[in-house]
Amino acid sequence: MPVMNMVQALNQALREEMARDPRVVVLGEDVGRRGGVFLVTEGLIDEFGEMRVIDTPLSEMGIIGVAIGMALYGLRPVAEIQFIDFVYEAFDQIVSNMAKIRYRTGGMYSVPMVLRSPCCGGIRGGMHHSQSPEAYFMHTAGLITVMPSTPYDAKGLLKASIRSNDPVIFLEPKSIYRTIKEEVPDRDYTVPLGKARLVREGNDVTIVTWGAMVYQSLEAAKLVEEKHGWSVEVIDLRTLFPYDKDAIIESLEKTERLVIVHEAPKTAGPGAEIAAYIAENHIELLRGPIARVTGFDTPFPLVHEKLYMPNIARIYMALKKVMQY
Amino acid sequence: MEVLGSRDILNLDRALGLYRVLDEDGNPVAGEPSLPDKLLLDMYTYMIRARILDGWLLKLQRMGRVALHAPNKGQEASAVGATLALKREDWLFPSYRELGALLVRGMTEEEILDRALTTIDDPLKGSDFAIYGHRKYNIVPAPVPVANQIPHAVGAALAAKIMGDKIVTMTFFGDGSTSRGDFHAGLNFAGVFKAPVVFVNQNNQWAISVPLKRQTAAPTIAVKGIAYGVPGIRVDGNDVIAVYTVAREAVERARSGEGPTLIEAVTYRLGPHTTADDPTRYRGEEEVKEWERREPLRRMRRYLISRGLLTEEEDKALWSEWEKRIEETVVKVLEKPPLPPEVILEDVYEEPPWNLKEQMKELRESIRLLKELGIELE
Repeated sequence: MPVMNMVQALNQALREEMARDPRVVVLGEDVGRRGGVFLVTEGLIDEFGEMRVIDTPLSEMGIIGVAIGMALYGLRPVAEIQFIDFVYEAFDQIVSNMAKIRYRTGGMYSVPMVLRSPCCGGIRGGMHHSQSPEAYFMHTAGLITVMPSTPYDAKGLLKASIRSNDPVIFLEPKSIYRTIKEEVPDRDYTVPLGKARLVREGNDVTIVTWGAMVYQSLEAAKLVEEKHGWSVEVIDLRTLFPYDKDAIIESLEKTERLVIVHEAPKTAGPGAEIAAYIAENHIELLRGPIARVTGFDTPFPLVHEKLYMPNIARIYMALKKVMQY
Repeated sequence: MEVLGSRDILNLDRALGLYRVLDEDGNPVAGEPSLPDKLLLDMYTYMIRARILDGWLLKLQRMGRVALHAPNKGQEASAVGATLALKREDWLFPSYRELGALLVRGMTEEEILDRALTTIDDPLKGSDFAIYGHRKYNIVPAPVPVANQIPHAVGAALAAKIMGDKIVTMTFFGDGSTSRGDFHAGLNFAGVFKAPVVFVNQNNQWAISVPLKRQTAAPTIAVKGIAYGVPGIRVDGNDVIAVYTVAREAVERARSGEGPTLIEAVTYRLGPHTTADDPTRYRGEEEVKEWERREPLRRMRRYLISRGLLTEEEDKALWSEWEKRIEETVVKVLEKPPLPPEVILEDVYEEPPWNLKEQMKELRESIRLLKELGIELE
């Protein structure tokens, strides 16, 4: 089986889906000749031509609005937003149309498209190349929000997203685009939307996380095991909405303690939803308070980003808090 | 059919043509420009300073000391020429490729380097890369998402008009920006309210890998102004005297209450989009060579020499003087300490709300713990 990084796995997913289904088209800024600024779409224009791999003018509003129209007519567009930080120009199209067309038309029309975009921090990208805005999308009814953390999942989840009849926001943590490599099947497979992945088994405390924070969480899990003998279970949510509540509940039945780790800021962030759901419905499972380790409630800073993002020390502090409650 | 009162605005010749004072080799195309000698030498000096500083920022990025740089090489004339037409009290809304404009407004190399290297003296306290500005020079630091600043310049101009201040605002943006909604909204509002604003489009032919013809089907960018009721003037953006001349006209027009102007400065980005870009993936060397011949410093140098304002020796001395001064500044700035970690939690609000106070404690505790564990986050 070939070993791939996430960029290669995503590229292969797009290539296979475009070959499998002539309705799949790719559009965005620099996705053609340049192959995307991170090279996720590299070579697609040579294989599928300019009609299906479209370098667009510089307008996120245009890219998403036009992709919606394409999807209404019957294509399966995969629209790239060069950095998720630039998506806000397209917000009206996403919130008012991409998410609402099925509902507005009583199910008559749907928008089977994927908005894929590099997200999150860790590359010294500053405030407009580092954001984790998944909460906006999770909060918008009608959207599916996905964030893979491995090359295998990236390929399988992107293929499932392209085949989804509902619109998908597909967020790619760019700091692990090339740093994580693993065997990825050279054949067709999908990873189901809405299903979490058990990354590490443990008995004492559950960490629910996603994206690049899976790796920070694993490091912290190793540290507390060595230092205190605590056994940490790590769950990678993969689909952020609809999130896999059953996987979280099943884990809590065993560990009775919950820590949520994400890069997005804390206030009204994605962790707030998960914590509230568990507190509302399964408080009897918990021995003590839920802890969240998140980006701080500030714009993403250019300086000291490793202190801004959840790091091993901050996750350790949270694990200690829930274990020693 | 005559459209009443619209003749000036509908001047298609200026929006479709290309205004020039010097040809590509620095020869005047229609007589000697009547500008003071000092101003002509200043134009050249500012371009030299911008070129040297740009080279340093590129080098410092390669050394890992600057997070990212958007090279200016080849576009010095547009930035310098346009901003020289402003008065001190006027406001500037730059983009991220106008080092020359910052220098003209009075920002020093040291202030720019403090910003780029996010030293303890960084006026923007480590907020983002490739953006510059300072309240004391009336330069509002750019947002990185392109075109966002266009309506801001219109709003500031309108505010000045409402408050009775005789100031003008100027904003810079690239060819890619003209595809965004902010450009449309900004020009439309400016036209409707006759805002005293000068739009300077640096048409450098490429928005990363996307060529101008993929950005617009219009024959020029300047012509887009006409539909908003904003006169468009197309100028050779590598001819600093030409840019200055049309900018001065636009600034005077704005100050006298006649409203906005869209200037399209036709130029070329000789370097990559940013230090993260590789232009060999999407454009040929021939094209770059062709534009290297037309670059603005060579042209102005030849003109100044032919006019007798500069000798070869003086030119060399000018370059080495600024090379030395800027290198000394780089050395000085490199030795400054970095910003302390606490800055990342400051300036979110005027006064930090309770959550940020809690998070400041968390930050400090995590720093202590990292030390205790002997972990260094790279």
